Amino acid sequence: MKPTPFDYTAPRTVGDALALLADDSRDAKVLAGGQSLIPMLNMRLARPEVLVDITRIPELGRVVVDSDGCLRIGAAVRQSRAAADPAVRDGWPLLADAIGLIGHPQIRGRGTVCGSLAHHDPAAELPTAALALDARFVVAGPRGTRTVEAADFFVATFATAVEPDELLTEVVFPPLAAHHGRAFEELTRRHGDFATVGVAVLLERDPASDTVRRARVVCCGAGPTPVRLTAAEAALTGTDAGPAARAEAARAALGALAPADDVHSTAEHRRESAAHLLVRACTTAWERTR
Amino acid sequence: MTATVPAAPSGPAPATVRTPPLAEPSAWHAIRLTVNGRPVAAEVESRLLLSDFLRDRLGLTGTHTGCEHGVCGACTVLLDGEPARTCLTLAVQCEGADLRTVEGLAPDDAPLTPVQRAFHECHGMQCGFCTPGFVMTATALTEQPARPDEEQVADALSGHLCRCTGYRNIRRAVCRALDERFGE
Ligand SMILES: Cc1cc2nc3c(=O)[nH]c(=O)nc-3n(C[C@H](O)[C@H](O)[C@H](O)COP(=O)(O)OP(=O)(O)OC[C@H]3O[C@@H](n4cnc5c(N)ncnc54)[C@H](O)[C@@H]3O)c2cc1C
Ligand code: FES
Ligand code: FES
Repeated sequence: MKPTPFDYTAPRTVGDALALLADDSRDAKVLAGGQSLIPMLNMRLARPEVLVDITRIPELGRVVVDSDGCLRIGAAVRQSRAAADPAVRDGWPLLADAIGLIGHPQIRGRGTVCGSLAHHDPAAELPTAALALDARFVVAGPRGTRTVEAADFFVATFATAVEPDELLTEVVFPPLAAHHGRAFEELTRRHGDFATVGVAVLLERDPASDTVRRARVVCCGAGPTPVRLTAAEAALTGTDAGPAARAEAARAALGALAPADDVHSTAEHRRESAAHLLVRACTTAWERTR
Repeated sequence: MTATVPAAPSGPAPATVRTPPLAEPSAWHAIRLTVNGRPVAAEVESRLLLSDFLRDRLGLTGTHTGCEHGVCGACTVLLDGEPARTCLTLAVQCEGADLRTVEGLAPDDAPLTPVQRAFHECHGMQCGFCTPGFVMTATALTEQPARPDEEQVADALSGHLCRCTGYRNIRRAVCRALDERFGE
């Protein structure tokens, strides 16, 4: 279980990193925290010729709230650092919750937020949270810099809108409304394992009528990308998020989810688990809107 | 190629480590880092895992390797103060880093640390294979500014597998070390 030989570079600027990705005739790959890439190298599932370590680029190491109130997390920011950031905990608690569900502290201390998003494991928590939070992705490359919306970013299992010669430089989370509550529930075989299935719920309360103004429901582990459950969202919107509304949302989720069977679970078990987790997450999220 | 470990001001004599020739020496890099308080300079192949650097090049075989894909936790050390998997870290990534391994806790004849003593007193090991990793994670827990709560302790320990299933005593040992550090 040792990697095949490769070269290693640690550029200090985004420009140098992009030049290395674009100009090197060898098969180059970005190295961030290495918590997904190095296992693949050890098992020889990946055999890149050059690794471009982006964690020493100072401009990628920032967590900031900009003048528009958006949270911007650079590509070199480790997951545990982002989760501990007071701005993240106060303003985007769903993000901190999602990070807390990733593996173990020993993994989160090395893995980056953007690395998990770029890797895009279908069971990963961060892509699901990013879709629920309407994140935008800043992607830089030889053809310039573009911004990709969350709905267009996750393409298929282990595939995103980032091309091999491009770099995800930061992820941007728009501010949330004052009266919102969130919950991330997941089913795992053991504490710390990847989710068999998971549900992120974000509810916004209309304080005047005490009803749901806006709902976001996203599922992980139930398809090749995070699945947004718009029918469940519609079933919750305008209601008091009470038992009837939650049951209706769960029914909508059952109708919309079409996961595959795999070694961890049958499709049926996944769908039913997702529906249960959804009810639980809605209950917690609504309580937290107060 | 050689790796030299210059002597700490009052530490043991400098060690020189011989590197076996490799079949495919592709890309080599010079790195400098600190291991258990002593500066280390070495030339490493890019693909050399930190676990192999510690064990094979520096002779620090207290860091154990089990799964080599990040699951078992046996290879955990403190990298800039945080527990990290050495099997998921390349030695070349550690340029400038501060590493602490299980050997650094009570070097030579120094008294055992509270975590090591607690593992001893609570019999927090059976075969001992997983122990260095658990001890390093537990050490990080005792070095936090405030006492971690039950859930944080469970979360940290879940990053380690004990094939002898000695979890009860391991947990007892960690709680004892935390009691000693933060008061009961
Ligand atoms: C034991 C264990 C348990 C785990 N459990 C979970 C879990 O429960 N949930 C979960 O979500 N994850 C889990 N992980 C994965 C972990 O969260 C990784 O940290 C994460 O998926 C990848 O982030 P990284 O920074 O380590 O990226 P790397 O491993 O460095 O890179 C991963 C991939 O993304 C690419 N990449 C990285 N950054 C960029 C970028 N900025 N631009 C373009 N491409 C980029 C790399 O080229 C590579 O292909 C686990 C890992 C281990 C070892
Ligand atoms: S050997 Fe590193 S985690 Fe198992
Ligand atoms: S004591 Fe034997 S593996 Fe833990």
